[in-house]
Amino acid sequence: MAAARSRLIPVPALCRDCDADAGAATTCPRCGGRRIIRHAELAELAIAHIDCDAFYASVEKRDRPELAARPVIVGGGVRGVVTAACYIARISGVRSAMPMFTALRACPDAVVIRPDFAKYVAVARQLRALMAELTPLLQPLSIDEAVLDLSGTAALHGGPPALALIRFVRRVEAEIGVTVSVGLARNRLMAKIAAGRDKPRGFCVIGGEAAALLAAEPVRLLPGIGPAAAKRLEGKGITRLGQMQVLEPRAALRLLGEDGPALVRRARGEDDRAVDPRRETRSISAETTFDADLTQRAELERRLWPLAEKLARRLSEQGCAAAGVVLKLKTAGFALRTRTQRLPGPTRLPDVLFAAARRLLEREADGTAFRLIGIAAQPLAPLAAADLPDLADPGRARLVAAQTAIDTLRGRFGAAAIGRGRGLAGR
Amino acid sequence: MKIKADRAALLKALAHVQSVVEKRNTIPILANVKIEAKDVRLTLTATDMEIAVVEEVPATSMTDGACTAPAATLYEIVRKLPEGAEIQLDHAGGDAQLGLRAGRYATTLVVLPTDDFPSMTAGTLSYRFALSAHDLRNLIDRTRFAISTEETRYYLNGIYLHAADSDGVPVLRAVATDGHRLARFQVALPEGAGKIPGVIVPRKTVVELRKLLDETTAEVDVALSETRIQFKAGPVTLTSKLIDGTFPEYERVIPRDNDKVLRVGKKDFSDAVGRVAAISAERSRPVKLAIERNLLTLSASSPDQGAAKEELDGERVKYDSTPLEIGFQARYLTDITDQIDREIEFRFSDGAAPTVVQDAADPSALYVLMPMRV
Repeated sequence: MAAARSRLIPVPALCRDCDADAGAATTCPRCGGRRIIRHAELAELAIAHIDCDAFYASVEKRDRPELAARPVIVGGGVRGVVTAACYIARISGVRSAMPMFTALRACPDAVVIRPDFAKYVAVARQLRALMAELTPLLQPLSIDEAVLDLSGTAALHGGPPALALIRFVRRVEAEIGVTVSVGLARNRLMAKIAAGRDKPRGFCVIGGEAAALLAAEPVRLLPGIGPAAAKRLEGKGITRLGQMQVLEPRAALRLLGEDGPALVRRARGEDDRAVDPRRETRSISAETTFDADLTQRAELERRLWPLAEKLARRLSEQGCAAAGVVLKLKTAGFALRTRTQRLPGPTRLPDVLFAAARRLLEREADGTAFRLIGIAAQPLAPLAAADLPDLADPGRARLVAAQTAIDTLRGRFGAAAIGRGRGLAGR
Repeated sequence: MKIKADRAALLKALAHVQSVVEKRNTIPILANVKIEAKDVRLTLTATDMEIAVVEEVPATSMTDGACTAPAATLYEIVRKLPEGAEIQLDHAGGDAQLGLRAGRYATTLVVLPTDDFPSMTAGTLSYRFALSAHDLRNLIDRTRFAISTEETRYYLNGIYLHAADSDGVPVLRAVATDGHRLARFQVALPEGAGKIPGVIVPRKTVVELRKLLDETTAEVDVALSETRIQFKAGPVTLTSKLIDGTFPEYERVIPRDNDKVLRVGKKDFSDAVGRVAAISAERSRPVKLAIERNLLTLSASSPDQGAAKEELDGERVKYDSTPLEIGFQARYLTDITDQIDREIEFRFSDGAAPTVVQDAADPSALYVLMPMRV
């Protein structure tokens, strides 16, 4: 039946290199390119997930073309972790978040580059500006990843979303010099899964075949199924999404809890989340891995202060305040400890963030050796609710005024221009 | 040890001491009350290591001795014995059980060694003064609603008691705040209290002390050091640790120049707040006050339930400053107005600044309230 229809109505196909309608050919009749995307719903699908390929590493390779053919790892110090690895390094098994010594054992000839976040943020901003030209319904998911709803943009772009996206991808490569992968689907879930399917430089389209395609995949593919849920499912002999697709709502509830029925719908490739450009991030954080394990409380506190400052800066940048503080510690044995403290009122002041995290640290600094410390703001509150006058804290108003002055100077001269005296010891 | 005492006398003392005992205890002996007969005095003692209450009980006859028995059980038994009963306590010493008889009722209770009972030392209490029970009650009642329960700022978990100067008049002041509201009450400085250090009396101590004050009309002897405070009211002595912390410089947050004055009858106002706030079950939603010349409009709304509004006109409110809109959490408002007898005086600056609330007839209490955005 499908074959019969395909003969009657040709499956739409586009050449990624020249936008030509490739018809049924495997090479483009116009430019001879072999990168043809072909899908029955190519002209209709409008939800796109765009994800940069090895973002930090790509930016570094762009700026140092001599490294193009070398394995590149972005990360800090011998004791650091891999922040990003290029695809050549990944062939040797290097993965992000891997400790650097493991990565270098796997790929000894890798070039290690210290991350330059200011640069990545600048590139990400350029990228986002290009995305914003595609549609205002743009929801950033991380620095190098976003989901877009291109419904109703055909008139604007003079063609279906697929065509606009193909042009976007070429433009990013030409103007910014990094590559992206695109997933195009009926909903956010499938767009995300599609984007991850043929990285790098991928362009994957999934339409009505979503459920059939997911059926053979392991349950862990689904966002929301973690190790614990996977284990519970396995206990019932469920390892593939196809088995999850047929679960009764009641069984899903029993196995997976409250979210069970929703997860079953997702296993079928259904997802009704809208792309929401105003959706706020849930937490904002800053962390650092030490060059040598630290056990002393004073040492840990010294590392904590610059992080509190960084977090405060990020909060300001995103227009958020912290309603709670999370302290994150990783022991030398890689055990993760997170400790949470709700704040009396939302804040954006580094001093208040630091004080809360320090209290949490007090209980943890018991002689244990730590390799990483981090601080996060969670839950977040609107900036307008931050640091309201507090009858029990008469000094707060002065701190707010000082921080506002610092922010203004930093806005003009950069982050390093001014800081608190406390931060000098940590340099 | 052999004791005979009236049920009523024993019950009253047990009620006081057992209330200090924590209901869930990890240290078994802290669930016990120490019963001690010595030098023709019968005393009951209970402690949670932070507070100790000792009460002297009139006994009809006794021989010396001591033991500790479960406070809650003992209290329950005595409470259920008939009124007017004479109770006999019998303890042979050591591990022997404590026998209790009243008429034809008899029971035995397991005891724990008296030597294990923690004694809370008061140390040297170098500052001593006397306060009428009435004043002490007021110092507590007018401020304790504002005590913070937030553990991170532990120094707010009590009432700050200190000597101060109020426009040239020496006073003894109690202050409590949770950051949203502040309550300050003062009485004439008692003799001997002029040099006391500022101390933070923990919430539980305040609660226990307040219970004791219900039955006293006499003077209360207060003694304190930097770390301990002791109250002696009649036969009861309550000794407590103090919160080791620095209370904020609260004077800096009390506005001095709020010049927009609203006067309104207490009952009119708090009834209206209650009716308007009933629209929303959510406690944190604000009640909005829109004030113009001799007109106060209270309103509240809830996205799920609807909106409510009530007007108080010139017969009931006095205001002749520029119009103002300001919002407060309903419960914070009523907590404060509950302290006021007849007429409330609000002093505003603007819709975003702290507001001063006082009893129009009595300046000894002062409240500061942070507005909410509306």
